[in-house]
Amino acid sequence: MAATEFRIWRQDGADGEGGYRDYTTDVTEGMVVLDAVHQIQAESANDLAVRWNCKAGKCGSCSAEVNGNPRLMCMTRMSDLPTDRPVTVEPMRAFPVIRDLVCDVSWNYEVKKKIEPFEPRPPDAEDGTWRIAQEDVERVQEFRKCIECFLCQDVCHVLRDHHLHDEFVGPRFFVYNAALEMHPLDTRDRLAALKQDEGIGYCNITKCCTKVCPEHITITDNAIIPLKERVVSEFYDPLKKLFRVFSGGSRA
Amino acid sequence: MAFPAVLKRRSFGETQRQDAWWLQPGAVVVGLGLASAYATWAALQADHYVFGGYLSPLYSPEVFGLSHHAWFQGFPSWWPGFVPQSPALFILILPLGFRATCYYYRGAYYKAFWADPPACAVGEPRNAYRGENSFPLIVQNIHRYFLYAMMAWIFVFFPIDVYRAFEFETASGGHAFGIGVGSFVLLINWLLLSGYALGCHSTRHVIGGFRNVMAGRPFQSACYRCVSCLNRRHMAWAWLSLIWVTFSDIYVRLCSMGVWTDFRLV
Repeated sequence: MAATEFRIWRQDGADGEGGYRDYTTDVTEGMVVLDAVHQIQAESANDLAVRWNCKAGKCGSCSAEVNGNPRLMCMTRMSDLPTDRPVTVEPMRAFPVIRDLVCDVSWNYEVKKKIEPFEPRPPDAEDGTWRIAQEDVERVQEFRKCIECFLCQDVCHVLRDHHLHDEFVGPRFFVYNAALEMHPLDTRDRLAALKQDEGIGYCNITKCCTKVCPEHITITDNAIIPLKERVVSEFYDPLKKLFRVFSGGSRA
Repeated sequence: MAFPAVLKRRSFGETQRQDAWWLQPGAVVVGLGLASAYATWAALQADHYVFGGYLSPLYSPEVFGLSHHAWFQGFPSWWPGFVPQSPALFILILPLGFRATCYYYRGAYYKAFWADPPACAVGEPRNAYRGENSFPLIVQNIHRYFLYAMMAWIFVFFPIDVYRAFEFETASGGHAFGIGVGSFVLLINWLLLSGYALGCHSTRHVIGGFRNVMAGRPFQSACYRCVSCLNRRHMAWAWLSLIWVTFSDIYVRLCSMGVWTDFRLV
């Protein structure tokens, strides 16, 4: 058991002036940051607000910044953090704080509502079912692992530093778009929206979203860049446009 | 998608990260800076780029030039007088453009040279940001055209160079098969550049990524899987091929200058 120092962000309401407050608690073997925060809450900060649910890295509720890195508190082991300096815990910086470590992430749900929904082709069989080859569905399976923790949104500098929430939907919703757009049954076209309304051109491929994803989704290489390439084909590639003119304008 | 709140902006370099976040962008500045400086210097030399059958990859293909590798002897009359008569200047724009617009390098040099951002979750120096959404960076979308050009290097120019790197002059003035250390240097250069270009994100799209349904196209599916496999290590291919192309020029240059000896193995 070792006494460990923490610097935790405290803020009283969305408009309140926030700041770090120092706490000390005993850390034992096997503890994660969320355990330590709960212990501090029980011992010395009963009014500390923290959002959590599953404590298993599957609900995406306890997203925060630990030592400056966007992480799930429940999946960050204390034994992996240096203890010679205080452990800093603060809320996600790309979203407004409701209180202490709790952010208002509702903007993400509003964004999601505006994305073209899935619309499958007519059923392949008379009983109303479809046939999909395993290799075709495997490509989009990865995107379905997303737990909507919004850590990728938090670390993306377009939202975090430039606050372009009105013009850019962020990595989470490029993954969501990719899951729909690359689905073998889907018939909708989302490329114009990706270019114009959702701002995929703002992404400058820092790969920070991929680095923080707790589900290890290869966001940049498998979702964003393939979508960027499709946007290039649709809007910026004169040869492709010419090819479409002669081939009747169909997309694969 | 109106965002209801005003968020506090962080100052340049502001972060709670305790790790050496500056190390990676710093290494990119040093690596890309050295490689760019050397390539510029080497391209302007117009000398010591040939040693027997070896042709420096920075000068390949030698369209206009004075060596026996040149397609056309001498420089054309329309070549501007203020531009050095270097064969490298005639072709280098295409490999350079390919690397400059590469998705991996873009992410790396935006961070390292523009601090946009300096590293993940580290504050930026500027408020304004247009990304690749408008001019000038929207031009990065030209990447696939540089890729098409690179296919000439992968499938034509470098294979010819490698073939000639295994040919050595005989005493009677003819040519015979042989192997020198330089033969392997140029062979490895070709393989590394192939791994880099064939694993490019645009290659992945063009070869099959544009499709949602790959079933029923076994050849295309196999190609897509192969390119995806290379793509997973795209950063490593990018750096290894950059380092090796630089080393290949140094090797040919120093052999040509008589500083290094090209040992014959066969």
